[in-house]
Amino acid sequence: MRAKRRWHLDGPLIVFLVILCLSSLFILYSATGENDAAMLRQAIRILISFVVLAIVAQISPQTWHRWSPWMYVIGSMLLAAVLLLGIVGKGAQRWLDLGFFQFQPSELMKLGVPMMAAWVVSSRSLPLSFAMTCLVLLVVVFPVALVLLQPDLGTAILIAVSGFMIVILAGLRWRYMLGSLVCFVVAAPYLWTYLHDYQQRRILTLIDPWSDPLGAGYHTIQSMIAIGSGGSGGKGWLAGSQSQLEFIPERSTDFIFSVFAEEFGLMGVGALLAIYMCIVFRSLMIAYAAQDTWSRLLAGSLSLTFFFYVFVNIGMVSGMLPVVGVPLPLISYGGTSMVTLMFGFGILMSIHSHQSLMDH
Amino acid sequence: MAKVTKKLLQQPKPSRARYLIVLVLFTGMFAAMLVRAAYLQIIEPEYLVSEGEARHIRIREQAVPRAMIVDRNGTPLAISTPVDSVWAHPQTLLDEGHAWGHLTRAIGMEVEELSKKLQDATGRQFLYLKRHLSPREARVVEDLKVPGIHLEREYRRYYPTAAVAAQVVGFTNIDDKGQEGLELTFDQQLTGAPGRTRVMQDRVGHIIDYVEQLSPPRAGKELRISLDMRIQYLAHRSLLAAFKYHKAQSASLVALDAQTGEILAMVNAPDFNPNDGAERVNYRVRNRAITDAFEPGSTAKPVTIAMALQQGLIDVDTEFDTSQMFVGRKSISDTGDYGLLKAEGVIVKSSNVGAVQIAFLSELGSLLEPLTRLGFGAITGVRLPGEQGGNIPTNRKVWRDVEHATLSYGHGFTVTTLQLAQAYTAFANRGLMLSPTILPRTKAIGVPVFKSSVIDQMVPMLESVTSDIGTASLARVDSYRVAGKTGTVERLVDGSYAKDSYISIFAGFAPADDPDIVMVVVVHDPKGEDYFGGAVAAPVFSAVMKGALRLRNIRPAVAEQLWVVTDEANLPEELGLHEF
Repeated sequence: MRAKRRWHLDGPLIVFLVILCLSSLFILYSATGENDAAMLRQAIRILISFVVLAIVAQISPQTWHRWSPWMYVIGSMLLAAVLLLGIVGKGAQRWLDLGFFQFQPSELMKLGVPMMAAWVVSSRSLPLSFAMTCLVLLVVVFPVALVLLQPDLGTAILIAVSGFMIVILAGLRWRYMLGSLVCFVVAAPYLWTYLHDYQQRRILTLIDPWSDPLGAGYHTIQSMIAIGSGGSGGKGWLAGSQSQLEFIPERSTDFIFSVFAEEFGLMGVGALLAIYMCIVFRSLMIAYAAQDTWSRLLAGSLSLTFFFYVFVNIGMVSGMLPVVGVPLPLISYGGTSMVTLMFGFGILMSIHSHQSLMDH
Repeated sequence: MAKVTKKLLQQPKPSRARYLIVLVLFTGMFAAMLVRAAYLQIIEPEYLVSEGEARHIRIREQAVPRAMIVDRNGTPLAISTPVDSVWAHPQTLLDEGHAWGHLTRAIGMEVEELSKKLQDATGRQFLYLKRHLSPREARVVEDLKVPGIHLEREYRRYYPTAAVAAQVVGFTNIDDKGQEGLELTFDQQLTGAPGRTRVMQDRVGHIIDYVEQLSPPRAGKELRISLDMRIQYLAHRSLLAAFKYHKAQSASLVALDAQTGEILAMVNAPDFNPNDGAERVNYRVRNRAITDAFEPGSTAKPVTIAMALQQGLIDVDTEFDTSQMFVGRKSISDTGDYGLLKAEGVIVKSSNVGAVQIAFLSELGSLLEPLTRLGFGAITGVRLPGEQGGNIPTNRKVWRDVEHATLSYGHGFTVTTLQLAQAYTAFANRGLMLSPTILPRTKAIGVPVFKSSVIDQMVPMLESVTSDIGTASLARVDSYRVAGKTGTVERLVDGSYAKDSYISIFAGFAPADDPDIVMVVVVHDPKGEDYFGGAVAAPVFSAVMKGALRLRNIRPAVAEQLWVVTDEANLPEELGLHEF
C-alpha cells in the first residue's frame, strides 16, 4: 500500500486495465491474421499509454484543475486550425502532422471538454442556475460543433456525452432533462433531414439489416453472423471462420468485438463485459469518494464516458445501435484513442491517490 | 421515494444519489449488452450460422478436359487444350484503380469498359473479364498479381482437321457445351463430370481449405467414329473443287461401307472452319447430307425395275416401247427417242417412258412398298442432330396416274443424300439394306428389300451405266468395276420446277462384283453448260472412289472384266502392283 501511495496509482484499476490490454493483444493477434508486426506496434502503444497514465497520475488534481481552461482553449484553437487547414487543403482533415506523429486535437478535447465543464460548474455553488447551465452547455457545444464539421460524428458524440455527463452529474433538474428529451423528440424529424444519406441509411438498416445485405446492412449483418456463429463456447482462438476469412469488415478496429464473440462465444463475451464492468465500477467508486466538486464531476464523467464507449461499440456491432465509427476501448487496434483513455485513467488515479494521501 | 430523491438533489454538493441512479441505469445497460449477445449466440445461432456458412462454404467444380473425338483410325478430330480465363472479384478490383491500366493492356480491353463492367457487377462475387486467354496473356496477368484478379483453368476445343469434317463433328460453345454435330449428340459422354469439392473460401474468393470431396472428377470418354479421315480428305477436296468449278449452290457427298453401313465420309459444301467463331453461320454449318431433302429423280429408277423383276412382271428380256407417251394430258419424254428398250436399256439410257411403263404393270402400292422399305420418308437415326426424313406421301388418299407415273422416275417424293446412300446399300449388299451409322461397327443386320436373284440381275444393268454408252462413263474408276445411276432433276423452287436449275446426282458403288463402298454425290444448282448427273456428280464420285478403294486395299478387277481401258499406259503398272 505504501508503494501505491508513493506512485499515486490505483492497484485494482491497474490490474483490470492490464488484463484488458493483454486480452487486446491476444485477440488482435487473431484479428490481424497473426500479424506479428501489428502485434508489436500495439504492444508499444500499450506501454506508452501506461507510461502516460503513470505520469499523469503523479500530477496533482489541483494542477489539472488549474490547467483545465488552458487545455480547453488550446484544444479549441487547434480544432479550428485543423478545420481551416482542411478547408485550405480541400478535404476532410482530423489531424495535425507534427512530423514525428499525427496529433488529433479532437482526442485532446475528449478530456478538455469534461475538465472545462467541471471547472465552470465547480466555480459556483450547486445547484446550477439556468444561466450557468446554459454557459456550460455552450462550453460543450462549441468544440462539438467544430468536430462535427470535420466531419467526425463518432468523436463528436463522445465529446458531447462527456460534457453532458458533467451537467447531469452536477444535478441538472429532472424537468430540464425531460424538457430537452421532449425537444429532441420534437426536433428529430427536422434533425433527420440534416443527416447525410449514408447516416440515414445506417439508422434505417438497424430496423431491418437484411433488407440490404450487400449495402448499408453489410457491416451489421456480417458482424451479427460472426457473433451468432460463436455460440455459447466460441469456435476457439484463431479458429473463427467469419473472422479469419475476412468476412468481418474492420475486424481489427471497430468490429473487433465480433471476432472476440465468434472465437470465445458467450462465455468470453461475459468475461469481457465483466472486466469492463469492474473498470467502470472501480472508476465510479473513485468518483464517489472524491472530495471536491471538480474531481467528483470529472471522475464521474470519465468513468461513464468510458462505459458509453463500450456500450456504443458493442451496441453497434451487435445490431442494436446504428453504425458509428467508435472503437472498442482498449481492445481495438489503434493508438490515439488508447493514449487518451489512459490519460483519463491517469487523472482518475491522480484524483484518487492524492486525496487519499490527504485523508491520512 | 420521490421526496427523498428531491431532498438529496437539493444538497449543496453534487448528489450522491445520482450516482446510485446512474449505477442502476448502467448495470441495466451492461445487462442489455449481455442479453443481446446471448440472444445472438444462444437463441438465434442456427440461422446466423447457416448464413455464415453460406458466405464461406462453396462448392468448387474442378474442370475436366472434354474427351477427344477421333476417326476410325484414331486421327484426332476434336481436342481440348488447357487455357486460362481471367475473372475478377468486382468489389476488390474496384479498389485497385491504379492497376487497371496494366490489366487492360494485358488482356486487350478498354479501361472505360472495365470500369463499366465492374460498376455493373459490384453486388456479385464473380465476373469473367476475358475467357480463353492466350498463354502469353495469362502469364502477364498472373505476373501482375492484382488483388481481386484470378485465373481459372478451362479447356478450349480445337479442331485440327478444320473444315474437312466440320459439319459432322460440330463444335462447342465457350462453356465447352456441344452446340452442333457429334459434339452436341455425344455431349454427355464427352463432357464427363467435373470434380466437386466443398471448400472454405474467404471474402475475395481465395480457397482457404478443402473441406471434403463430394465427387471425384470423371474424365469424358473418347468418341471414336466411323469416318475414315483419309477418305474424308479426298471427298472434301474433290467435292469442294466441283462445287467451286460449277459455281454450285451447295453439294453433299456420303460414302458408306457397303458391308457394314458405316459412314466413311460425309462432306458438304459450303463448309466452315469450326475454329473460327465468325464462320459458324447456319448456311455453312448445316450438315446438308442429312438436312436437305430433294427429289431423287432417275436415281430411283432401279427401284422401279427391281420391284418389277421381284414381282415377276418383267424379265431382263422384256421390251418396252419408249417413244413418247401420255399419261392423262401430261407428256412423258426422254432426252432422245430410244425406241424399244429392255430393262437394262431403261437404266442405261435413263428412260422415263420406260420406267413409267414398267411401273404401270402393277398397282401403285407395289412401288410405294419398296420405296418405304428402303427408308425413304423416315430418318435413318444416324445420331447426328438435325436429320430430316424427307417426304413420301404414303398416306395420300387419291393418287392420279400422273403421280403414279412420276414416282417411277423419282419425282413426287424427297430424300436426303444419306437416305439415298442407305437405299443403294440394298443394291450393293444382295438386297439387304444397311442402316447407316457414324459409330464404328463390324457387323450389320440388313433389312431385306430385294431378293438376291433380283440384285444379281440389277448389278450388271447398273454397271452398264458407266459403260461408254451409259450416262455416267465419267464415274468409272481405273481398274475397278463401278455400278451406279445418274440423276438430273429440275430443282423445286417455291413449289414449282425451275427450268434452268438442276440437281445433279450420282449414286453408286464399287467394285460392282464385290461392293466395298457405296457413295452418293449430289450437286445443287451447278451453273454453266454441264448439269447432268453424269457430267457434274459422276466425276467427283470417280475421283473419290478411286482414292478410297486404293486406300482400303481393294483388289482391282482383271482387265477382261473392265468395260474399257481408258489409259493403256497405266494398266500394266496397276496390274503389276496387284500381282505382287
